[in-house]
Amino acid sequence: MNIYADHAATTAMSEAAIDAMTRCMREEYGNPSSLYKIGQRAKEVLEQAREDVASVIGAEPREVYFTSGGSEADNQAIRSAALAGKKKGKNHIISTAFEHHAVLHTLEQLKAEGFEVTLLDVHENGVVRPEEVEAAIRPETCLVTVMYANNEIGTIQPIREIGAICRARQVLFHTDAVQAAGPLAIDVQAENIDYLSASAHKFHGPKGTGFLYARKGVPLIPLINGGAQEKNRRAGTENLPGIVGMAAALKETVALRDAEAARLTKLRDRLIEGLKEIPHSALNGDAEKRLPGNVSFCFEGIEGESLLLLLDEKGISASSGSACTSGSLDPSHVLLAIGRVHDVAHGSLRLTLGRENTPEDVEYIISAVKNVVSYLRGFSPVWRDLQSGKTPFIL
Amino acid sequence: MALYSEKVMDHFLHPRNVGVIEDADAVGEVGNAKCGDIMKMYLKIKDDIVEDVRFETFGCGSAIASSSMATEMIKGKPLSEVKNLTNKAVTEALDGLPAHKIHCSVLAEEAIHSALDDYYRRRSETEKASD
Repeated sequence: MNIYADHAATTAMSEAAIDAMTRCMREEYGNPSSLYKIGQRAKEVLEQAREDVASVIGAEPREVYFTSGGSEADNQAIRSAALAGKKKGKNHIISTAFEHHAVLHTLEQLKAEGFEVTLLDVHENGVVRPEEVEAAIRPETCLVTVMYANNEIGTIQPIREIGAICRARQVLFHTDAVQAAGPLAIDVQAENIDYLSASAHKFHGPKGTGFLYARKGVPLIPLINGGAQEKNRRAGTENLPGIVGMAAALKETVALRDAEAARLTKLRDRLIEGLKEIPHSALNGDAEKRLPGNVSFCFEGIEGESLLLLLDEKGISASSGSACTSGSLDPSHVLLAIGRVHDVAHGSLRLTLGRENTPEDVEYIISAVKNVVSYLRGFSPVWRDLQSGKTPFIL
Repeated sequence: MALYSEKVMDHFLHPRNVGVIEDADAVGEVGNAKCGDIMKMYLKIKDDIVEDVRFETFGCGSAIASSSMATEMIKGKPLSEVKNLTNKAVTEALDGLPAHKIHCSVLAEEAIHSALDDYYRRRSETEKASD
């Protein structure tokens, strides 16, 4: 038995992407910057991939910049908007408490460089309130950056509403769409998105490849200096096989999107229903406004790493926001941001379903998680104290 | 390479001496739920020898494995030996722990020492009562 249920961490490469990449590696080894025919052919392949990616999000090809992944795109977008703001005396940035570290650590660095950062509350349901974005905007605000969908709890943010507010207030708007690009329909025009980051390996493409959408005319400075690739915004010979693999994977994901979203939503809701039968457990984040494949739970009285190891023994790959899995003393900042206390956040489990998961997988996962949680509670002193009434239940 | 040694996985998957001793002569509890680790040790002591030991642990794989290994290392041993048990000995017996998990073996050492403290405290109280 082998059930991969960690699609928010990464996804298996699609056959279409592997085929596109191997063909590219065999046949298109030319440097897109070279003027002879094989170079120019590689350039055509590169520009075709750019068109394919752009059309998926309603962008123009020239607004798409290829990067090494989501983290680089986040860094470049935020830093570009911040430095352009600073030149105009604007040094305030608005974001949220549960962003990915690629965003939060970039903001930390900007704070050290003199920027002021407001992190908005994401409330118990893990959803930002547009009116709170509006209220936080000041004359010196140069950027709002809010993720499209959260990587741990899967909650989808009101991007269109936030985009409209930012446009009206003339503030640049970036969204980290690493979890959303592919599974969700995105339209950068209708949603007034100025910058968007995405990563190929989250939608069955290769690792080490991603893209940044930057609206025509917005500030964009290079993080890597050198040659004139990507219109002087990202030096270095393009990772053509990776880019081609990403475009193929994205096209396929978009073609399957509606059917997959409906299928995964059903599987997700069945998984949530099954896990809710475990006493003193709770779903993390809004039940409706969430990615089709995301299920995140907290179980009181147990610790997440031992839960994961035992599920791994049963052939299930999952993830947790416990301190022991994060390598720090604190559990996930996302779970703390939605108000889960430490004691409960340590007992978290994230299951993210994807293309290859079946209804049988879901039933197997439900019974495995039930068994493992009850086994671990069987010798947990925390559970004993909760059951005996010595300490009160939180969930 | 796997996260844990085979020994750790063996003790995690098949923990020894799990449970509670209702009429324990000593109980030690260390850690807190906020940090994600709690260990509780129950000892049955006769003639200054650990006759039986049981544990309950809330924590990660290495916390459970460290508790299990520590109970095996003290079972049947005289208290004079038990009080010298170190986290280093527990870690070595497990064929090592990842650097950020060493604190789990420290917790095991502390749980046993906390149980011994409880034992001596109870004994001195009984002695006082019988004086």
